[in-house]
Amino acid sequence: MTYIKPKFRHPDLPKNSIGYAKADYEGVISTLCAGCGHDSISGSIVQACYEMAIEPHRVAKLSGIGCSSKTPNYFLNNSHGFNSVHGRMPSVATGANMANRDLIYLGVSGDGDTASIGMGQFVHAIRRNLNMLYIVMNNGCYGLTKGQDSATADQGSVSKSGSVNPFEGIDLPGMALELGATFVARSFSGDKTQLVPLIKAALSHKGFALIDVMSPCVTFNNNAGSTKSYDYVRDHIEALAEIGFVPEKEEITVSYETGTTVDVELHDGSVVHLQKLADGWDPRDRQAAMRRLQAAKAEGEILTGLIYINPESKELHDVIKSDLRPLNSLTEEDLCPGSAALELLNEDFR
Amino acid sequence: MRNLTGINDLVVRFANVNGTGSASANNMFAMSIFRMGIPVTAKNIFPSNIQGLPTWYEVRVSDKGYLGRREGVDVLVCVNPQSMKQDVASVKSGGYFIYDNTKNLHKDFIREDINYIGIPMIGICMRLYQDPRQRQLFKNMIYVGALAALLDIELEVVKGIIADEFAKKPKLIEPNVQAMMEGVKYVQANYSYPLGIRVERRDLVGDSIVVDGNTACGLGAVFAGATVAGWYPITPSTSLVEAFAKYANKYRVDPETGLKKVAIVQAEDELAAFGMVLGASWNGARAFTATSGPGVSLMNEFLGLAYFAEIPAVLVDVQRGGPSTGMPTRTQQSDLLLAAYASHGDTKHVLLLPSTPTECFNFMADAFDLAERLQTPVIMMTDLDLGMNDHLTAPFTWDDKRRYDRGKVYSAQDLDDLTAMGKQFGRYLDVDGDGIPYRTIPATHPTKGSFFTRGTSHDEYARYTEDGVKNAEVLDRLLKKWDTAKEITPKPEFYQTENKSNVGVIFFGTTTYAALEAMDLLRDEEGITLDAMRATAFPFHSSVEEFIAAHDQVFVIEQNRDAQFRTLLINELEVNPKKLIKILNYDGMPITAEAIRRQIAGVLATV
Repeated sequence: MTYIKPKFRHPDLPKNSIGYAKADYEGVISTLCAGCGHDSISGSIVQACYEMAIEPHRVAKLSGIGCSSKTPNYFLNNSHGFNSVHGRMPSVATGANMANRDLIYLGVSGDGDTASIGMGQFVHAIRRNLNMLYIVMNNGCYGLTKGQDSATADQGSVSKSGSVNPFEGIDLPGMALELGATFVARSFSGDKTQLVPLIKAALSHKGFALIDVMSPCVTFNNNAGSTKSYDYVRDHIEALAEIGFVPEKEEITVSYETGTTVDVELHDGSVVHLQKLADGWDPRDRQAAMRRLQAAKAEGEILTGLIYINPESKELHDVIKSDLRPLNSLTEEDLCPGSAALELLNEDFR
Repeated sequence: MRNLTGINDLVVRFANVNGTGSASANNMFAMSIFRMGIPVTAKNIFPSNIQGLPTWYEVRVSDKGYLGRREGVDVLVCVNPQSMKQDVASVKSGGYFIYDNTKNLHKDFIREDINYIGIPMIGICMRLYQDPRQRQLFKNMIYVGALAALLDIELEVVKGIIADEFAKKPKLIEPNVQAMMEGVKYVQANYSYPLGIRVERRDLVGDSIVVDGNTACGLGAVFAGATVAGWYPITPSTSLVEAFAKYANKYRVDPETGLKKVAIVQAEDELAAFGMVLGASWNGARAFTATSGPGVSLMNEFLGLAYFAEIPAVLVDVQRGGPSTGMPTRTQQSDLLLAAYASHGDTKHVLLLPSTPTECFNFMADAFDLAERLQTPVIMMTDLDLGMNDHLTAPFTWDDKRRYDRGKVYSAQDLDDLTAMGKQFGRYLDVDGDGIPYRTIPATHPTKGSFFTRGTSHDEYARYTEDGVKNAEVLDRLLKKWDTAKEITPKPEFYQTENKSNVGVIFFGTTTYAALEAMDLLRDEEGITLDAMRATAFPFHSSVEEFIAAHDQVFVIEQNRDAQFRTLLINELEVNPKKLIKILNYDGMPITAEAIRRQIAGVLATV
């Protein structure tokens, strides 16, 4: 079914710096289950884009298949969307990004879409440092086919039907660090104060930004014994730091004690501000981030926040040295060598 | 023994070990004949291996301009002891076997009905060169020289080719010429030359060029304005994307900044390669990929999405021997059904069927126009023979007035105009009645024209729907678009202004070379005249059905086991299957005129 929201907007809604109301960043009404974590994440995306004053049509939103991959329909109505095939969103995003480097690429995927059928493409998008935000709405189960365990389900986690997952769960942030990802974060769908600034920072990051968001499945994986339920996640969450995102040109007004905060300046001039840092962790130190992640896992904690960032990263366009203009804007004059060149070339074949 | 004689009508086969540098020497031999104005064609028959296995290179010289493969070897140049037994057996009675007589030939390799010409290639090299790599490379030039003397190839032409070959390493020109002359001198001192079978200067090639189809496709993509290529290496398509990269680097790099007006991404597999093409095309760039059968198998799901979501895409399938991994270095036309109906559900795809490198270039440019005009994948069906072998072909041409046809794309102004007319943009609305809707490229307009591309069932406004009637309407409109495709894809070629026979013949792609020669053989030697049609595209233009209707029998010649093209004809047209007689070849070697003539004459004799 398609639900169409009323077009009416209250004239006095607050506007952001480019004159858009928050409602201008919304999509059609969600058809996901009531209470689904994914809808909260959609809300955070709307909030982040509104606050960052992004022009919605400058965003391309892409997804694969599954509950999570339906969500791009539920935010940014004025953005073009591409709901591709299962596990193949990264390749479609790669091609789209190659065609126009000026847009913001927002990919949404799930744990099945990413960690099983799409593992290969996910890994290679990271390896190439494709300039995009890749959000995994991670609920540890296949919701759209009624709750089978996914590859991110933790070993020992109990499903709604009572079966115990016998396999090791894949930890996406840990894997992404291993692969050389340049922005790795984890968050919780129920923690907007953390998730919104993370999304903003990820959108500002040049290169591949992964946010693995614990997003409980209220229908099939919210039972006692599940390690992806709302209760379990709330009880075991451990934030690396409080995170703030300061857009370009805005001054950081509050000062903190030296050694307790880290400011990371991104390529566009904006700043990620981190305070109350966890021990033994520096967001710019990949080794430290990996150690901290491993330690948390050993303690049964779900580590959240900005785990690692390399603000100096080179994205795919930098590596392949493509033109600074969007390739889709080039015309015959730019692209076609013409008949005189062809005449000369014919000589090479004689 | 009667020795073979004749001018400009011979097949020379080289038996080499792969990885020994023989390919460039053999190519110089073929190009020497071309530069003497004589039609020539070369086939590289190589193993799926990098070094150490037998490989052959077959050069056909034909005054009549026949460019298909011919059966029977007139002159065999044996440089590989591994395959000597079968090489000796392959020579026509009265033909010539050129071998290395540094050591004596074992008696097992002696036939009474062929001529043996010993050239001490290793002996000469051992005497002249110290470095083992030099000994190997110059050995190749020695046999080129010996052949030049034996077949009466003009030495100045060979020297010119050597000079061109090493233009970038001029130090190598003189030593190569010297090695070549060692072969010449040995023949002059030891044999009567030239042979009765030999070449003679002609003026028959005009302004033709010699090039392979992969190079032509890669170049065509550059001229057509392709800016994004996602690809995964696979024989025999790899050299196509490499050619694209080579010419993009030549023509699309800013000399000051070094920045490229192209993005070529080597994907993790063929699925990703095609996903990249779809993402880029959806976002308004011209994008393509090239692969072979196994890659097309993997791309099936995405092909279905592209068909249903109506995303332009250009795919080149350089077909090889199947099924499965099959014969990666042999040729077939056996992916037709796979490509035509790729993916689950009711899907069908536009195929283009070029038969020469020139047509590869032209069709490649057309493919991008058609893909964007029709908003659907267009699949270029070439094969290993066309893609990887050099062919004598008409020079490439380009009309500088030609504009890229980007198809039905709404601009921001168009969207505002729609609003002014009180109309709403519908991504899948059939506005013009030709089954082709209008699309928008992302970021065209701040508030208009956005839509959600999806592989799920959708209505005219790209909204998800589970209304079966709506879905059926979309499927029906896609059929209407299919009918439009019949009118704008390349038309078939007919070889007679009006039909003269009640028997017709249909062929396409690389089968054309052998089929046209077979028509001559049937006419001249059997007294049989046939009407002929060359298919160039799928879906079929109405003239295809008319051609079949106008004949009592139609031979369908193709290079696969299951007569896949015949199946397409039966499936898509209202024709009597009994009229369509299959003429097949699927041994991985290019079909020959002789094989076609034998089969057609055989069928017609039994009627």
